[in-house]
Order: sequence, then C-alpha cells, then structure tokens
Amino acid sequence: MPWDRNQMAARAAEELEDGMYVNLGIGIPTLVANYVGDKEITLQSENGMLGMGPFPYEGEEDPDLINAGKQTITELPKTSYFDSSMSFAMIRGGKIAAAILGAMEVAENGDLANWMIPGKLVKGMGGAMDLVAGVGRVIVVMDHTNKHGDSKLLKECTLPLTGKGVVDRIITNLGVLDVVEGGLKIVETAEGVTEDELRAATEATIVN
Amino acid sequence: MKKVYGSAAEALDGLLFDGMTIAAGGFGLCGIPELLIDAMVESGVKDLTIASNNCGVDGFGLGKLLDTKQIKKMMSSYVGENAEFMRQYLSGELELEFNPQGTLAERMRAGGAGIPGFYTKTGVGTVVAEGKEVKTFRGEDYILEEGIFADLSIVKAWKADTSGNCVFRKTARNFNPPAAMCGKVCVMEVEEIVQPGELDPDHIHLPGIFVHRIIKGEHEKRIEQRTTRKREDV
Repeated sequence: MPWDRNQMAARAAEELEDGMYVNLGIGIPTLVANYVGDKEITLQSENGMLGMGPFPYEGEEDPDLINAGKQTITELPKTSYFDSSMSFAMIRGGKIAAAILGAMEVAENGDLANWMIPGKLVKGMGGAMDLVAGVGRVIVVMDHTNKHGDSKLLKECTLPLTGKGVVDRIITNLGVLDVVEGGLKIVETAEGVTEDELRAATEATIVN
Repeated sequence: MKKVYGSAAEALDGLLFDGMTIAAGGFGLCGIPELLIDAMVESGVKDLTIASNNCGVDGFGLGKLLDTKQIKKMMSSYVGENAEFMRQYLSGELELEFNPQGTLAERMRAGGAGIPGFYTKTGVGTVVAEGKEVKTFRGEDYILEEGIFADLSIVKAWKADTSGNCVFRKTARNFNPPAAMCGKVCVMEVEEIVQPGELDPDHIHLPGIFVHRIIKGEHEKRIEQRTTRKREDV
C-alpha cells in the first residue's frame, strides 16, 4: 500500500532533528508539524515569525497574527517577530536547517518546479525561490505521479524552475529518494511497495 | 517639525503625482495601510507603479486601486487572491513584475539603505535571472538585483510617538519597515499615537528618522483565511 498524506507527513517528520529551525510549505508539508513528537522543532513562517503555534481557538483569531498561507495562527512562549527582510536574511543566510515543500516536478539533478504552469493562471513564487536557494536542506513531499499517472520525478523538468539543483530528498507516496551524483537513489520504499514498482513509476534515472 | 496629520488625505497632500512609484507595506491583508489606500482612491492619482508583496483582494486593500484602474504596474511576489488583478493582467491593462519574496524585501531595504544593487543566489537558473548580471563568488553563481527607490512609502504600524518612532504588532510588521525605508517620503498610519517617552527607546522597531508623516485611524483588519481548532474537552 502506498503511503497516504498523513503517512508521508509522518515520514517527513523523521527527517527533522531536535533543535532544528524549519520552514514548512502549504499542503502535506503543513501536516508534518503533527508528527514531530518530543523533538523540539521551531517553525519559521516567512512573513516574519519564528516559533509558530497551532491554529487559535474559535473567537481568539487575531488579524495581526497569520502564517505565510495567510491563515490565523497563535504564538508560543519562544516566539519572535521580525520584518520581511530579516526573515529572508535567515532563509538566504542558511540559518534555517530545512524546508519541506510540495512540488509539481523534480528532476534527477535536483531541479525543482513548483510555482508556475505556462498557459495557466500564474499566482507567483512567493518565498519559494528564496527558501530553496537558501535553507540547509530541501525536502520535497509530493505524490509520485500526477493525476494522469505520469511520473513527477523526471530526467529534466518541463515547467519553469523554482530552483536549480536545490532538492536533497524526495518523499512520495511510494517511498524516499535522494538526489545523488548521476540521478536518484532509493532510500526506502513505502510498506508493501516494491523497488520494481517504484522504478516503474519513475522517469528519472535511478542509480544504485 | 510637526509629523502628525489630521487625516490620510491631509498627510498625502502634495505628495501624489501620476506615474509615481510607491512602496506599500503589508502581507496579504495583514498590516496593510488601509486608510492611505482609501485616500489614494479618493485622490484619483493614476499610472502608479506599486511595490508590494501582494495586491490585496477584490474590493479591499490595494484591490481598491485596481478596481479604479489607478495601477499601471505591480512589483509583487504573489497575486493569487484577486480575480480583477488576473483580468487586468491577462488583458494587458496591467504590468506585473514578479519578484521572489525575499528579493522584494531586500530590494526595499537596500533602496532605503542607499544600496543600489546586491547579489543574491535566489532565482539563479530560473526566469527571474533572465537579463540580470551573473557573478561568481566563492565558486557559486549569484544574480544582481537592484534596490527600490520609491517616491512614496505607504505603511502601517501599531503605535507611533509624535516623533515617528514606531512599534509594530506581531506578524503585521512584515514588509512595513523595509517599505518605509525605501521611499523619499514615508507616510505611516497607526492605531495609536503616543507622546515621546511613552515607547521604550530600546523597543522601537523603526526609528522616527524614516517616518515623515503620521496619521491615526480605525482599521477594519480583515482576515483572509480564518482557521481555528476545536477546544479539547476538559
């Protein structure tokens, strides 16, 4: 059985180590926060906050306190606030240990595409280009194939890039792969998924 | 010199002209200069180039200046929440320059700090790098980005003293300090004006030197995505 969204998030949470400062993207990456257990992880929100807390209780929403997805959130005792240039100083400056984010395509050389589809509505890259260029480790969490069943792990990206050679590890519903010299290397497969099944669903070169 | 003005319209008097470049604070609808945007709509100033992370939503925030077709060009990182924006953009009425969010913030900060350009690795190898100088430092490629020098900054803080020292609240700070810094003139709207000495000098987020005119008013503070959790049973 391939992993579901929550299992992918739980697997991604295993990548995080005690004491890390981490930025989580929208979608499945947001769920990772539910699986960090006892590890002390500090979440950064690029609109200007370290130490992001959970959603507020109904009636306690504060319009001055939102995350990068513009959702109302809360603060923690360790929280700090800062302006956008300071926020990206810590991102670009390599102070954030890891970013976990979704993707439309990843290439075997680590190229990442997750911000625009030509001919479709372009909303903008937000902070994604800064994050993938700056943080210590870029972990992509996404489905292995698109809705047509085509591999999202490619020899080369077809969509406009968010970053070149930036991805370190990919966690999909079928397993975990690392970007290494010459292609992708299988780290593990989801329970019940064989290496052959994973290879068959992958266009990118898989090296041993 | 008196910095406190009676209304947004008074504070903008003599500062607006067609074709000007404006830096605006805010992230989504959080920390946006609502009162100054309304006064700009009233003024009818047009052909504006606006550097702002987003462009409001339909009918609120900078979206109001879109409805009246006063904006010629946006410099933003994300504009997804606005149908009128997309309509004007796709029909060619509105120009759009996408900037990575951190690049936009740093371009404002740099402009305000007297730095005309800087090198960054954000966007290397992407469409953002097209037409920009590439330089190699310590074996890695970086692209040249230019500082933003705006004619006017419209920004929002929580509190200011009458000399312009400002304090922001939570994530409503966001782009406001760098946007405030990069304008020739900065007009700041706040929720509360206090006397000098009432703000702790060690806790000032933006020193008054960057702030030329101040107004106080009521803010709607619309929430874009209201997300909550259930109270666990005790």
